[in-house]
Amino acid sequence: MPETTTARETILGRIRATNNTVNTTTRAADYQAIERAYQQSASMARAAILKTFVERLHEYDAHVFETNADEVAATIAEVLRSRNQKSTIVAESFPQEFLPAGFSWRHESSTTTEELNTIEGAISECEVAIAHTGTIVLKGARKLTLLPDRYLCVVYERQVVETVPEGMAALQKYAAEPLTFISGPSATADIEMTRIRGVHGPRFLDVVLVRN
Amino acid sequence: MTIRVGEAAEAPSFQKAAFVLLDDTQLRKNVRHATDVITNKRAIVVGEQHDWQQLRSAASAIKEHTLQHLDHYLLQFEAACIAAGGHVHWAADADEANRIIVDLVKQHGGKEVIKVKTMTSDEIGLNKAFEANGVHPHETDLADMIIQLGHDKPSHIVVPALHKNRQQVREIFMQAMGLAELGDKPEDLTNAARHYLREKFLKIKIGVSGANYLLADTGGVCVVESEGNGRMCLTLPDVLITVAGIEKVIPSFRDLEVFLQLLPRSATGERMNPYNSLWTGVHKNDGPQHFHVVLLDNGRTRILADPESRQTLHCIRCGACLNTCPVYRQTGGHAYGSIYAGPIGAILTPQLFDMQHSQSLPYASSLCGACYEVCPVKINIPEVLIHLRGRVVREQQTGATLEAIGMKAMAGIFLSSRRFEAAQRLGQIGQWPFVSQGWVKHLPGMLGNWTAVRDLRPLPKQSFRNWWREREKSSAKKESVHA
Repeated sequence: MPETTTARETILGRIRATNNTVNTTTRAADYQAIERAYQQSASMARAAILKTFVERLHEYDAHVFETNADEVAATIAEVLRSRNQKSTIVAESFPQEFLPAGFSWRHESSTTTEELNTIEGAISECEVAIAHTGTIVLKGARKLTLLPDRYLCVVYERQVVETVPEGMAALQKYAAEPLTFISGPSATADIEMTRIRGVHGPRFLDVVLVRN
Repeated sequence: MTIRVGEAAEAPSFQKAAFVLLDDTQLRKNVRHATDVITNKRAIVVGEQHDWQQLRSAASAIKEHTLQHLDHYLLQFEAACIAAGGHVHWAADADEANRIIVDLVKQHGGKEVIKVKTMTSDEIGLNKAFEANGVHPHETDLADMIIQLGHDKPSHIVVPALHKNRQQVREIFMQAMGLAELGDKPEDLTNAARHYLREKFLKIKIGVSGANYLLADTGGVCVVESEGNGRMCLTLPDVLITVAGIEKVIPSFRDLEVFLQLLPRSATGERMNPYNSLWTGVHKNDGPQHFHVVLLDNGRTRILADPESRQTLHCIRCGACLNTCPVYRQTGGHAYGSIYAGPIGAILTPQLFDMQHSQSLPYASSLCGACYEVCPVKINIPEVLIHLRGRVVREQQTGATLEAIGMKAMAGIFLSSRRFEAAQRLGQIGQWPFVSQGWVKHLPGMLGNWTAVRDLRPLPKQSFRNWWREREKSSAKKESVHA
């Protein structure tokens, strides 16, 4: 039951008094009839879409490492070594075979928030990537990809769509899950409109793009 | 009913406040710089979006459709949110919303809360209500933090501290954080904020947020941000309380494909802002395990009831109209006396109040139309401004002021050609004491306000109407001669 019934009835009553001539029987049809003349499907070739995705990430100060399915573990090892990263937490769903040997991995289920705050980096996959805006979209793994200062995301070529509407269509099946859209590292332009990377979220974003 | 819009009820008129602020050259420099930067960035990313106009039209249509069926979509949102483990509260005005939120915080034993930037909470004066009840709110958006720590007021809806430069921010941080040393590079300042707040994010168990969108079909909430402070407040606490205006609901998850393209480009000139968070009720083992939404009216149903200005409720709070407005760019946000500044503030604030306060705001515009052109949801702000000016005049006309009497007399004169011509003849004769060297430079009484900043040409010896009649007569004569 709603907790403040009187305000609820007051507000709904006022809305209905104003909208008393609206035909409610055609609501669903009216919604469907809303003109959506904007671009909803891809217009570029696959190669151009991937090129755009990488360019957009670079513009956000993210680093992109292109690799193939056989080399994912080796690429991750190379990135972590170049960053001299000592502690890394891995999302629960992340494929074990992509974790290179010679590193120690932490897992979220056995890590407290306070511990998470002291870990240097995190690794996860994403659900969808949008080339037009340079965006990766994650399902769950919210804390894990937030507290450590470095975040590495593995994106598969097949996950990259061109437009935002294609991205939303691909996400529809997860519409009720916790979703995070990430476009570059945490940033602010609150002081004199100068874009500064990394305020509260990870200051470094690495994307490992796995080509087909 | 106590409608509250920050402290707008006590604010002086726009013209009075602006008069003083125009002398603050540092403020004008800061505002000009910030608005120039965002305007230019916006122009680039909007220019490259070839379907921009189609996105605007779709957004406007979605908003209009939602307003027509607002009761349905709010109830759909409520049912879906409750089904997902959330709690939904309704608040008719600011006091009711504050009471609900403060009570929730007390129920959970909170003495402190962390807040993500929410204009709606500023509108209802939530921080004051918290302080009055022994709860300390921590603003976590960098700009909001600058405002809170500096005991200042926001001057922009997206970049609330754009009126402060780096040296001023440095001073505020050093004093509030008790730092002996701090650089004045933006990096130094953001680092200071990162350290100061990280401990609070980990410790404080109640978060308060606004909402950019409420999704009716899923019961989900979407918050758009840049710094990651939003993600911290939305995921780390045990309890999350979201306050949102009833106009924030949109029919479906899918509709985000329109708004997530329009908002970042309009607000900060980015193709996409760094972080968007979406959640639906409570997610097991992920994020807050107690989630409350407070749906706020506070004057919105009254705006809905006015067919000529309900489009005001389309607003997605991007701030593009502020950045482009030639008036805002001169005065900054404080002149508007409201947390909602600029063109959107000039129409939103007086309507929330039902014109009781802020009657000067519809005049804070040159009606140039720049705001309409950049608005991502096509709010025809100049049209609403004129409509509201009409309301102000009608309300003021009920009194017998000199101006109202004068205007009524003018209306009578303009209604009849005979009276109009008689008035012209009177003017031609009566103006001689005020004409010097071909100009009228000083008029007496109230008319002096007009000539204080402009010179006028005197009424000509012959009026156009008169000249036209003579011309007709003489051509008729000529024709009769030729015939």
